[in-house]
Amino acid sequence: MAMRAFRLWRGQAGVGEFKDYTTDAGEGMVVLDAVHAIQASQALDLACRWNCKAGKCGSCSAEINGSPRLMCMTRLDELPEDKPVTVEPLRAFPHLKDLVTDVSWNFEAKKKIKAFTPRPPDAEDGTWRMQQEDIDRVQEFRKCIECFLCQDVCHVLRDHHKHDEFIGPRLLVHAAALEMHPLDTADRVGELKEQFGIGYCNITKCCTKVCPEHITITDNAIIPLKERVVDRFYDPVSRLLRVISGK
Amino acid sequence: MEFVQFHPTGMVWPPSVKGILVTEGVRGEGGVLKNSEGRRFMFDDIPDNYKAQTADTPEEGWRYVTGDKNARRPPELLTRDHVARCINREVKAGRGSPHGGVYLDIAWIKKKLPNAADHIKRKLPSMYHQFKQLANLDITEVPMEVGPTTHYTMGGIRVEGDTQMSTLPGLFAAGEAAAGLHGANRLGGNSLSDLIVFGKRAGDYAAAFAKANGAVRVNESDVEHAVARALEPFERGASGENPYSIQHDLQDMMQDLVGIVRQESEMREARERLAGLRQRAAKAGVGGNREYNNGWHTAIDLHNLLTVSEAIAIAAIERKESRGAHFRDDFPAKSDAYSTFNYVIRKGAGGEMTLTPTPIPEIPAELKQVIEENK
Repeated sequence: MAMRAFRLWRGQAGVGEFKDYTTDAGEGMVVLDAVHAIQASQALDLACRWNCKAGKCGSCSAEINGSPRLMCMTRLDELPEDKPVTVEPLRAFPHLKDLVTDVSWNFEAKKKIKAFTPRPPDAEDGTWRMQQEDIDRVQEFRKCIECFLCQDVCHVLRDHHKHDEFIGPRLLVHAAALEMHPLDTADRVGELKEQFGIGYCNITKCCTKVCPEHITITDNAIIPLKERVVDRFYDPVSRLLRVISGK
Repeated sequence: MEFVQFHPTGMVWPPSVKGILVTEGVRGEGGVLKNSEGRRFMFDDIPDNYKAQTADTPEEGWRYVTGDKNARRPPELLTRDHVARCINREVKAGRGSPHGGVYLDIAWIKKKLPNAADHIKRKLPSMYHQFKQLANLDITEVPMEVGPTTHYTMGGIRVEGDTQMSTLPGLFAAGEAAAGLHGANRLGGNSLSDLIVFGKRAGDYAAAFAKANGAVRVNESDVEHAVARALEPFERGASGENPYSIQHDLQDMMQDLVGIVRQESEMREARERLAGLRQRAAKAGVGGNREYNNGWHTAIDLHNLLTVSEAIAIAAIERKESRGAHFRDDFPAKSDAYSTFNYVIRKGAGGEMTLTPTPIPEIPAELKQVIEENK
């Protein structure tokens, strides 16, 4: 096995520095394997969050060579061999220790989004009827594993710290899944404009680029929601119609 | 505690996903198991009591997975313990794959289906992506390497069936932590139903218990003792024994000596080695502070891992038969004498483990009726 160099962020509550390590990097290994090997031999107290090792739990999010990635799905053989591999915690949320960040803001912000509100059942036996194409549309959004890499890369949260005014790409995907659900009756368009700050998104598509589940976040979730906001609040014709109809 | 289920098809390659499950769905869609000689070895060992329900030919097996109600299931879909042992035997006989498993081939169905590649991607999307992304391996073209992996513990904390309360008043358990619901071998899908039904019950009764009994009175000296014990690894510091190394050695030892195929001499050796590992665990040390310290957590966990390992070994030595997930090379048959009781393990007066055969209660009449109605 070849030895490879790693630079892991060590420190607590936002104060820290890179520390250098080397470890065996055999064929087929991912970044998480190397971090575990370092932890088990050289850095016993290293804080690192992980669970499924299969890209499905969204726990091992980190910044690898400066890009938000899942440690368990990043192969070492796709990273340049002539430089150390750097691993840092997500930077858009409060730092706890080493590679671990407190992502609980996301769960609190999620509570602000109105829950799924289905229409009454279509049939007497309590079941509904839906068109397959309506189901296919929201199915993509349900692939989200809540790794929060899209939140981490979004400059509105990361650089401008608008956590109080903007819910971020992950939660806009969640809102889109509800808004576009064929059975849902709740209306979230007003909140999207006012509380959820959808106008802050200037569609740079960084979120789409980092999504490990390949959800087309900007094009399929955020832009259609922006269109709903525009139709409701900024389209002069529909505004006029609303004034006339009194709705 | 002696019943530990091995799932027959875990990934063995690449190392990053070693042990992660390859769903039974792959075999359900027509995936077949082959050894390095290309032989479909599951046809060579079909237990007598399953012969009537198992396909005689690959052709019949294929008809079963494509929905023919008159066909019988292929031998790849025999019980998990049996498939795991068959794979184990092939590997030990030197007919395994390069990374110590056997081949699970779903790609072959392209001989049968016109759009096999699309079919596989649609039916098994996460399996397809995982092998593609992590191993550069296209499962619609080449076989996967799989082998048995530790999956589920049927044993656990003894609870009262209705309330889920253990013999320690106020301690409730459900799911894999609790014992008894899945007999000697859990069936696929039953863990989820277990959690939904008995998780709710445990929560309901725990809430009722808390309301009825009020706050717990804590014995200060017990707390101080527990705190002191938890902090011991820090006192030994970084010069103590590495807790991760002890855990890895424990895992390897249990896998080798109390694994899929067991025998008395090996399990007795395991008990001796457990004593040695316990001595090492008492010297485990870690540096750093108490915040999110994975090494400290591992050092604390060692005590629990060793306790569970010892309970498994003790019960597995006593059960001199093969039943469900517990397979003894020295007692390969099921014995009626062992069908009427469970082994219950308690802490003895001197802190040692005591093992008591405890009769299995009679199935209540209303449940018997449900079983009869569904036969």
